[in-house]
Amino acid sequence: MRQRSLIAITAALAAGALTLTACGSRDENGGSDSGGGGTTVVIGVDAPLTGDLSALGLGIKNSADLATKQANKEKVVDGVTFKIESLDDQAQPSSGQQNATKLVADKDVLGAIGPLNSSVAESMQKVFDDAKLVQVSPANTGPTLTQGPDWQTGKKVRPYKSYFRTSTTDAVQGPYAAQYVFNEAKKKNVFVIDDKKTYGAGLAGTFTDEFKKLGGKIAGTEHIDPETKDFSAVATKVKNSGADVVYYGGEYPQAGPLSKQIKAAGAKIPLVGGDGIYSAEFIKLAGASSTGDLATSVGAPVEELPSAKEFVANYKAAGYKEAYEAYGGYSYDATWAVIQAVKKVVEDNNGELPDDARAKVTEAMQNVSFDGVTGKVSFDEFGDATNKQLTVYSVEGADWSPVKSGTYEG
Amino acid sequence: MNELPQQLVNGLLLGSMYGLVAIGYTMVYGIVQLINFAHGEIFMIGGFGALTVYLYVLPDGTTMWIALPLMLLGAVIAAIIVAVGAERFAYRPLRGAPRLAPLITAIGLSLALQQAVWAWYPGAKESINFPEIAGGPFEIGSVTIQTGDIFLLIVAPISMGILAYFVMKTRTGRGMQATAQDPDTAKLMGINTDRIIVVAFALGAVFAAVGAVAYGLKYGQVQFRMGFILGLKAFTAAVLGGIGNIYGAMIGGLVLGIAETMATAYIADVPGMSQLGGQSWANVWAFVLLILVLLFRPQGLMGERVADRA
Repeated sequence: MRQRSLIAITAALAAGALTLTACGSRDENGGSDSGGGGTTVVIGVDAPLTGDLSALGLGIKNSADLATKQANKEKVVDGVTFKIESLDDQAQPSSGQQNATKLVADKDVLGAIGPLNSSVAESMQKVFDDAKLVQVSPANTGPTLTQGPDWQTGKKVRPYKSYFRTSTTDAVQGPYAAQYVFNEAKKKNVFVIDDKKTYGAGLAGTFTDEFKKLGGKIAGTEHIDPETKDFSAVATKVKNSGADVVYYGGEYPQAGPLSKQIKAAGAKIPLVGGDGIYSAEFIKLAGASSTGDLATSVGAPVEELPSAKEFVANYKAAGYKEAYEAYGGYSYDATWAVIQAVKKVVEDNNGELPDDARAKVTEAMQNVSFDGVTGKVSFDEFGDATNKQLTVYSVEGADWSPVKSGTYEG
Repeated sequence: MNELPQQLVNGLLLGSMYGLVAIGYTMVYGIVQLINFAHGEIFMIGGFGALTVYLYVLPDGTTMWIALPLMLLGAVIAAIIVAVGAERFAYRPLRGAPRLAPLITAIGLSLALQQAVWAWYPGAKESINFPEIAGGPFEIGSVTIQTGDIFLLIVAPISMGILAYFVMKTRTGRGMQATAQDPDTAKLMGINTDRIIVVAFALGAVFAAVGAVAYGLKYGQVQFRMGFILGLKAFTAAVLGGIGNIYGAMIGGLVLGIAETMATAYIADVPGMSQLGGQSWANVWAFVLLILVLLFRPQGLMGERVADRA
């Protein structure tokens, strides 16, 4: 009997140890080396660093890290050393809120970058706003985050003064995609699918409205369950609907298998999505049949912007294991915006951080303006980026290649 | 165009996979009355076992006709090692303990296995591509069947047949039936019940491994979380069919798979139900079905026929 309980304890310990190790590595931070003396300012980064969306999340983290390293090297703010504190939200709103609370509790944190998902942002906004801690998202595109729940009816109210973003919104992205699909790709009959999340459903909604306005036909709609990988029933519906294009509001972990299964079911029609599917992972998951699939993403292609050459070179030189992905440039700019705001606050206060630094930084953020990786970075009265560029990409072989850049005008 | 035949085939395929995994739940429950919540992870380990053989054991570019049997073998070996190890070190020491203790252990084990693969399998922090069988889809009338699905269509019925034969006709199989009926008496009759329990875990693992290879071929990817939802669905299928009954597991799986597919395909077309249709509601309808079945037949569709539960 004694031996039995011993084995039981060993098993329990082993199991516990396994879980703990996993937790341990999850908290791994990509903090930069703090060089020199003076004050240390921490910039929090919240993104999905593990799980299905980690490709995008790690790109965000690395780019933010690069921005702080660059700022330290160039001594952008005298006497202040920046470092990042990166937390993993696993694309879960509940984890995001915990991380926000954690960042608020650390008094050295003067700004937060992230998150990736609009649904996660919803859970974090209030926590940051209560603490007057500025948050700049490189990737959220849900319009309600900055313009309130009634933005579509014209009653735009900014819910949180501390929330900014460097990416554009789905109020622009969905209609832009609709115009491209209708006018340039000449597809008139669309099957709209979304994952019912804040981002996916919102994007599908703005796309549908504009597509109908242009005179296109909606062949059918479907909402998928993001927890599953079996979309065969949906694929069969798409095939039998006679649609000549599919629009998907959601992210690549589902979009990849969805595209693959739709084509396998016999419907050789392109799948079109938003920035959530613009990742190399999409092509990996969707396989060879994804050639011709389209995605819109925020901004002009980073590789082609002259302003981004330096960023791309520095990112390469820094030797990060993961690619900067769709939001690398936006993440770098978001971090740089925080750094600029801190600089302004420090300069206004005789070279030192004031006691109410968080509130001051949030205030200063509203007027930040500089030429960043993705173009001119500044914010309008809602905290949205003034740069509303979008680009359509299409899958060519194993890569996304840019097709057209522009913006949506009314 | 009539899409019913295609949707039935979709449901049948999904259901076969649920059924293969459900067998592991039902066999272990039949013999030791333990709901092995780590079984979904045994399924996942099977998938990674097959992947390991393909990526690290076989030379690049091996054709699937040679690779597939070896991958299947790798999946089965990996799943059996983990399942038998779990039985030996996590469940056996708790055999005399109250029911709750092994149940909690199973949940803990499930988390530990998931996180272990997440942490240590190279590249497992995201989905990993699974090799696919080349060759286009096959058209039979208005029904399209993917190459990867053919494996499932062939293997699922064959393995069910073998299992039925094994349980009914072989000495070990009859020993399993006896242990399920009354472990103490079975022991007195000279049956090594410890061995029978290990066999039950191993058999469940074999079926989970086969299901995992089918999953990989069908969806073209495996990931560390793949066992979680599928395990829950398979458990539901086992309960639906009558937990403890191996035929019930297969029938329950098929019914669940077809119900989900039908709900996705047709509920939205029912007048007034368009808000409650579509795939995001498929789980709701599947569980409505489960509740209805349990209301009228608490023992499940096939019932737990005590005489041959195994």
